[in-house]
Amino acid sequence: MPLIEVRNAVKTYQMGDETFYALHGVSFSIEKGEFVAIMGASGSGKSTCMNMLGALDKPTSGEYYLDGVDVFSLNSDELSDIRNNKIGFVFQGFNLISRTSAIDNVALPMIYKGIAEEERYKRAKEALKIVGLDSKENNMPSQMSGGQQQRVAIARAIVNDAPLILADEPTGNLDTKTSIDVMEFFVNLNEKLNKTIVLVTHEPDIAEYTKRIIKFKDGKIVSDLLKEDWLKQKTRET
Amino acid sequence: MIDFKSTFKIAINSLKVNKMRSALTSLGIIIGVAAVIVMLAIGSGANKQVQENMESMGSNLLTIRSATAKTGGVSMGIGSKPTLSLKDAAAIQKQARGIEAVAPVVNSTSQLMYGNQNWQTTVYGVTNSYLYIKNYEIELGHSFSINDNLNAAKVALIGSTVETELFGDVNPIGKTIRVGNVPFKVIGTLKTKGQQGPMDQDDLILIPVTTAQRKLFGTDFPGSVNQIVAKAKSLEDSNIAQSDIEEILRTRHNLGKTQEDDFKIRNSAEFQERMKSTVQTFAILLASIASVSLVVGGIGIMNIMLVSVTERTKEIGIRMAIGARAHDIRIQFLIEALVLSLIGGIIGIIAGIIIALLVGVIFNTKILITIPPILLSFCFSGLVGIGFGYYPAHKASLLNPIDALRYE
Repeated sequence: MPLIEVRNAVKTYQMGDETFYALHGVSFSIEKGEFVAIMGASGSGKSTCMNMLGALDKPTSGEYYLDGVDVFSLNSDELSDIRNNKIGFVFQGFNLISRTSAIDNVALPMIYKGIAEEERYKRAKEALKIVGLDSKENNMPSQMSGGQQQRVAIARAIVNDAPLILADEPTGNLDTKTSIDVMEFFVNLNEKLNKTIVLVTHEPDIAEYTKRIIKFKDGKIVSDLLKEDWLKQKTRET
Repeated sequence: MIDFKSTFKIAINSLKVNKMRSALTSLGIIIGVAAVIVMLAIGSGANKQVQENMESMGSNLLTIRSATAKTGGVSMGIGSKPTLSLKDAAAIQKQARGIEAVAPVVNSTSQLMYGNQNWQTTVYGVTNSYLYIKNYEIELGHSFSINDNLNAAKVALIGSTVETELFGDVNPIGKTIRVGNVPFKVIGTLKTKGQQGPMDQDDLILIPVTTAQRKLFGTDFPGSVNQIVAKAKSLEDSNIAQSDIEEILRTRHNLGKTQEDDFKIRNSAEFQERMKSTVQTFAILLASIASVSLVVGGIGIMNIMLVSVTERTKEIGIRMAIGARAHDIRIQFLIEALVLSLIGGIIGIIAGIIIALLVGVIFNTKILITIPPILLSFCFSGLVGIGFGYYPAHKASLLNPIDALRYE
């Protein structure tokens, strides 16, 4: 059974008299342990797809199974629980809660899971160690660099042991060197901890770190290739 | 599900971030709660004062006087024709229900003399019960003995005004004063009761009723008394006692069904109740004015919570994305509002008590601070927090996570 299975997902927005298709019949599946990049220009539907995969938004029609659960049939509380247990988010703007220490930020998802305080801090510490920030656990987000903040966000994404990590332009706010660090980190998570990672980006350099590239255009998938095939196609194009 | 302790910590942390704002928001509640406590303290103080005044006059009193006598069509005023007697008093004592004590009273104005001092006062011929009924207490010496009334002894208890006027600093016990031309031995003095309206309650002397009848005031009706005072066991008993007394006296005075009463009963219960309800209305009025400010404080909380929800839209979005349910968000903001209002409540209670005590000292009024209004205003401040915090909290919980995340 694939971790993610999307069948014929459609998302429409009504703009005056016109119907805008953000997703126009999208189908794909992602197995456990894959590292996938979703690419496309802005307005291509990749963000809508990301929101859908993240159980933040429901499409107008279609089917979406995450780890065997029919996500579209869930109510909003159940969607919250799915996000809490199955998905770890990493955002472009880091999205840490300000004036809250690194360790408290990392422990946050476990509060909503109902894990006892002692256990929360123990696990948050472990997660911070994995991202190499165990010395910064009491720092506030404002006292950390962008790269460090993003690593805290990654620690928060993995702390609940979610099978899926969704990263929305995770290097968009970072300089090239830090971007490389962060991407190598994702590769590690994928290879060593066997996390399934879906990453949205518009930069081909970033997509190169993944193993499979799905390309969106006008709400449709225009190509879905393994990295080697994608690289070949790219060379042919240039 | 999120546990309460963690939510509480999150709420406290959020409030700490904006210390000044939190303090100012609480101030609204502090003022409201303090105002309620001060007003209630003044209100119940006034209530207590009225009660004490009434008790000093003697509470649950029934005063029976002879009814208006008409002499050739000229109304002579209440008590001008003596129809009441010592036997009436004894019968009331024996037969009427709900009566605690009865005292016959013969009173008149007399000139007092001691040495070269003289003073005009009212002389009351009474029994010992009178002291109890009217709340007079012995300061020095002792009250009448049983024999004093049986033997019509010429002994007197003097009020403090009389004591000052006649004796100055001299100890009056055992001294002989003249009432009219009759010598009386002072056996005791009465504790000061103070003014009651224009009446000086201490300007009097008490002598045995029999002495008054036989040796001081000559009368055409031997054995008659000017009035009978009775004390009912309680406010509720006053009315039963009154109707019993009416019946007893009508029977004893052989009044036919069509004849009017030849006596009048004044029941203090009615007056007491009217005073009580006036004071209570006054207290409720004060408290309601004060609670308006508590409500205004609540609106302040709502206002700040709404601002806070807007400011923290992004945070709400992040929390939702990582798994907070709508309920978790709602409870978080609700607890923030509740903490603001309860902290305000606690400080308000302390401030209220201090201000109430100050008001009592500065304006020299009676202040009564009791536990129920304190608990009440504390609970009320909590309710205000929940009431006015609910809307902003609910608004926060309804946010769409995607929009909230995008909010800058």
